[in-house]
Amino acid sequence: MQQSSQITLRNRTGMQISPVQGRELLESLEIVVTDPAPDADGAPGDGNPGMRDDVSMRRDYILAAGPLGTIPPPLTVKGMAKSAAKMLTGNRPQVLLDKLAERAVYERGGTRLYDAVLVKYVATRATPAAQQAADAPPQPSAVDALSEGALLEIRNQEAEHYQLLVECIGELGGDPTAETPSADLVGVQTLGLLQIVSDPRTTLTQSLHAALAAELVDVAGWELLMDLAEAMGQDAMVQRFRVALDEEEEHLRLTRAWYSALTMAESGNPVSYVER
Amino acid sequence: MSLDLFAERGMPLARQRFTWRELVQSPISKLDDDAFTRVRVILMNGIELEAVRFGHACARLDGPLRLPLAEVRRVEQHQATMINWLLGADHSPLETTIAYEQVAIEVTAAVARLEPDPYLAQVYRFGLLEDFDHMHRFSALLDRLTGMDANNILQCYTDILPGRPTMLEHRAPQDDLRRPFDAGRAHMLSRLHALTITASEQQTHDFYMNIGPMFADPLARQLYAEIASIEEQHVTQYESLLDPRQAMLEQWLMHEANEAWLYHGCAAQEANPRIRAIWERMRDYELGHFQAAAAVLHESTGRDPRELFPAPLPEPFPYESNRGFVREVLGREVGYRAIGTDIVTDPGQESAATLAYRTHLNSEGSPSAIVAQDWRWQPGTELSRRAAAA
Repeated sequence: MQQSSQITLRNRTGMQISPVQGRELLESLEIVVTDPAPDADGAPGDGNPGMRDDVSMRRDYILAAGPLGTIPPPLTVKGMAKSAAKMLTGNRPQVLLDKLAERAVYERGGTRLYDAVLVKYVATRATPAAQQAADAPPQPSAVDALSEGALLEIRNQEAEHYQLLVECIGELGGDPTAETPSADLVGVQTLGLLQIVSDPRTTLTQSLHAALAAELVDVAGWELLMDLAEAMGQDAMVQRFRVALDEEEEHLRLTRAWYSALTMAESGNPVSYVER
Repeated sequence: MSLDLFAERGMPLARQRFTWRELVQSPISKLDDDAFTRVRVILMNGIELEAVRFGHACARLDGPLRLPLAEVRRVEQHQATMINWLLGADHSPLETTIAYEQVAIEVTAAVARLEPDPYLAQVYRFGLLEDFDHMHRFSALLDRLTGMDANNILQCYTDILPGRPTMLEHRAPQDDLRRPFDAGRAHMLSRLHALTITASEQQTHDFYMNIGPMFADPLARQLYAEIASIEEQHVTQYESLLDPRQAMLEQWLMHEANEAWLYHGCAAQEANPRIRAIWERMRDYELGHFQAAAAVLHESTGRDPRELFPAPLPEPFPYESNRGFVREVLGREVGYRAIGTDIVTDPGQESAATLAYRTHLNSEGSPSAIVAQDWRWQPGTELSRRAAAA
C-alpha cells in the first residue's frame, strides 16, 4: 500500500527547513511599519461602533442578503391527491422536501465518491508497494474486510438510497429533479472530499479519511431525516429510512475501521481499533 | 549564459506537437517543490497567455498574418496548458493568489535591480511596493478567513509586510500611464523586462477576475474586486512602457524572443529535473516560433531579422529572494506617488482627479484596510501569537 507519510528533507513549507531565510524573515517582525492607511476603524462606511470592521462589514452583508434560492412548490395538483402528501403534518412540510432533496443529492454524490475510492483501491492495490505490504501485513484485521466487493456494496447502497429518496420526494408530489437550497449546499460541503479522493497523488488511506468524513455527516443526516419524517406523520417512510440508516451506520463502522487500521498499520503499531 | 537566437534553431514549428497525456502531467508538489519552481510556472503561464492574447489582437488588424499567427498560437495555447496544469489542486485559489503575488514581488524586484534605464527601474520599484502590499492584505485574508499561514507558500523567501497601502493605490487613469521606451535605442533588457512584467500583471488581473466570485465571504469578494482593479492599473502602467511605434511584426518577434529568453532562464535555474526538461523543451519550441516569425518578417518586408537582434540576448534575471532590495525600496519609496507619467516623492502631490476618484471608491469602506486591521504576519498565523501570549 502506498504510504501516506514519508519523512524527507524535501518538504519546504516550515521555517526550520530554511534556517537562513527563516531567520531573515523573523527579522521582519522587528521592522516598524506605520501603515499610513487611514485607520480602518474610522474608515467611512463604518456605521457600527464597538464592532471590529470586518465583523461589522460582514454583518451588514448578512443582514442585506437574500437566500441561496427557494424550494419549488411542494405539492403539485397531482401530488396533492396522493395519500402521503395528505398525511403531512406540521406547519412547514417544505422543510421535509428540502431535507429529502439534500439527502438525495448527498447519496448521489456519495455514490460517485465511492466510484472514485474504488478506482483508488484498484490502482493502489496493483502497485509494488501494495504487494509488499500484502506480503507482510501488520495484523490488519479490519483491513481484511477491505475489498473491492465491500467498497462496491457500499457504493451500490448509496445509489439505492438515492433511488429511495427520489421515490419519497415523488410520493409527496415534489420534483426529484429540482435542486433545493439544502441540496445546493451539499455540493459546496462535499467539494473538498471529492477533490481528495480524485487526486491521483492521495493514498487509499487518505481517500478513506474523506469517505469517513462523508459517512459521519451522512449518518447524522439520516437520523435527522427520520426524526423529521416521523414528526410529519410519514410512518411508511420512517420504516424505509430506518433500513437506510442501519446501512449507513455500517458504512461508518467500516470506513472508520479501515481508516483506523490502515493508519495504525502505517504507524507500525498494532491495530487497536475500538468499536464505537 | 546568454542566448543567441540565430545560432540555436530550436524545434521547427511543424514538429511541435502534444498529446493530452503530455499536457496534463503530474503537478508540482505544493509541499516539496521549491517556491521558485512555482514562481516560474506561474510566470511562464502568464507569458504564454500574453502570446495568445497578442496573437489574437494582431489577427484582428492584419489579414495576411492570420494563418502564421494561428499556427504559432495553437502551440502557445498548449504550452500554456502544459505549464499551468503543473499547479496541483491542493493549492486553494487563495493560496495560488499568494503565489501570484510572490511572482509579482520577486520577478518585479529582480527586473528593477537589473533594469538599465533609471526611469523604467523607478516604475518597476513603484509597482513593486503596491504588489508587496497586496501580499500583506491577501495573507491577512488567508489567516483570518481560513486559519492558514501564507509563509507555507512563500517558504521564507518573501517578507509579508505592509507596502504602499492598497487603498491609496487607486488613481485616475491619467496617472497610470508612463512614458514608453524608444525601441530603436532602448537596451534589449529594457524591452524584455517591460514585456515580461506586462504579461505577468495581465495574467494576475485575469486570475483575480476569475476567482474573485468563487469566494463566499463578502470581504474576500471585495478584496479581490479591489486588488483586481489595481492589477488593471498595473497592466495599464506597464503596457504604456512598450513603444507603440514598433511595427506589429517587430512586436511579434520581440514576444517570441522574450519567451525563448525566459525559458532559457527557467531551464538554467530549475532544480526539479522533470520541470527543467519541460523548460528546455519549451525554449526549443520558442526558438522555432522565433524562426517562423523571422521568416514572415523577411518575406513580407524584406528586412533581415538580425537587424532587430544584433547581439545574443542578455543574461536572464535570477530567481531568488530579493528581500534586502525590497526592504530598502520600502524604506525609501513607500510614500512615492504618481502624477501623469511621473513618479514623485511627495505623497501630498497627487492630482485632483486621482484624489476625487479614490475618495469616492473608498467612501463606503476599504476592504484592503478592513482585512488587515491590526494584522501583522506571525509564524503559524496570528493565532499562534495569541496562543503564546495566553
